[in-house]
Amino acid sequence: MTEIGLGHYLTLGAVIFSIGIIGIFLNRKNIIVILMSIELILLAVNINLVAFSIYLGDLAGQVFTLFILTVAAAEAAIGLAIIVVYFRNSGTIRVEEIDKLKG
Amino acid sequence: MATDGRMFWRLILKLTISIDKMIAHAIFFYTFSIIAVVSAIMVTASKNTVHSVFFLILDFISISCLFIMIGAEFLGMIMLIVYVGAVAVLFLFVVMMLNVAQQKNQWFAGQATSKHIPVGLIISTLIFFEIIIVIGGWKYKPEIFDINNSLASTSVSNTHSLGQVIYTDYIHVFQISGMILLVAMVGAIVLTFRQRSGVKKQSYIKQISRERAEGVEVLEVQSNKGVKIDD
Repeated sequence: MTEIGLGHYLTLGAVIFSIGIIGIFLNRKNIIVILMSIELILLAVNINLVAFSIYLGDLAGQVFTLFILTVAAAEAAIGLAIIVVYFRNSGTIRVEEIDKLKG
Repeated sequence: MATDGRMFWRLILKLTISIDKMIAHAIFFYTFSIIAVVSAIMVTASKNTVHSVFFLILDFISISCLFIMIGAEFLGMIMLIVYVGAVAVLFLFVVMMLNVAQQKNQWFAGQATSKHIPVGLIISTLIFFEIIIVIGGWKYKPEIFDINNSLASTSVSNTHSLGQVIYTDYIHVFQISGMILLVAMVGAIVLTFRQRSGVKKQSYIKQISRERAEGVEVLEVQSNKGVKIDD
């Protein structure tokens, strides 16, 4: 219990990953919270990579985390730009009112 | 006899130091991870979107504390700078700009919501238990910890060794990530750029391409008549 190993970090990553997926499904408010859930999922992946990298003594995991961070930042910027444009065009970003694609 | 006693006390000291390190590691790990998990839950559960952004910031900060604690200082600091300094502030900007914070919605009410919630819960718990089964059933080869990897060295700091790797072995990936950022920037600007009609503004190309012949017009002004200018 007091000996913190690789499994503890992986479990933390799994918990945050699952919370992110719950957030995507349960969200009924607006798309911004869905984007935040995606950020949570990417964060969980980063936790896994860094934990493996530290415990196996290989720096590749941290390098990949750096690139995931880059992609996450780009994705947040693009996603928020799309949300702003959508809000400007249709006046709402509530999830249940976005049904133009009839999905 | 005296040396025996000294050895004994030295052993006790070593033991307490190692136990203290372990306990401190455990205490800090549980503190930060509990804060992270609770704030991750609050990100999805809080009704006000601004509060979700604040909890997202708290989540990032506690995870970066974890990173710093286990020895990935560079990534922890970069997480603070990139996520808290840029991404979360961007979220906050958009939330406040679109004025969705006041849309205090009923959370579990409505017909459309009720069919998604059990599916989401089932899927996410299934994913969680799958990951837990994989983690619990995984056994590492003991040699994997002994491999003297050339990538990670203990003599230089984390930042130093990352820099040595990024600019040599991963230089192409590094360049590609720069391109991704450039494309994201251009895309965000193009998406949100709006051309308004009926607004007076400078046209550089018109200004530059003006010539003397069309810029100046010599008129014969008659007295008491004035000049008629078409513009």
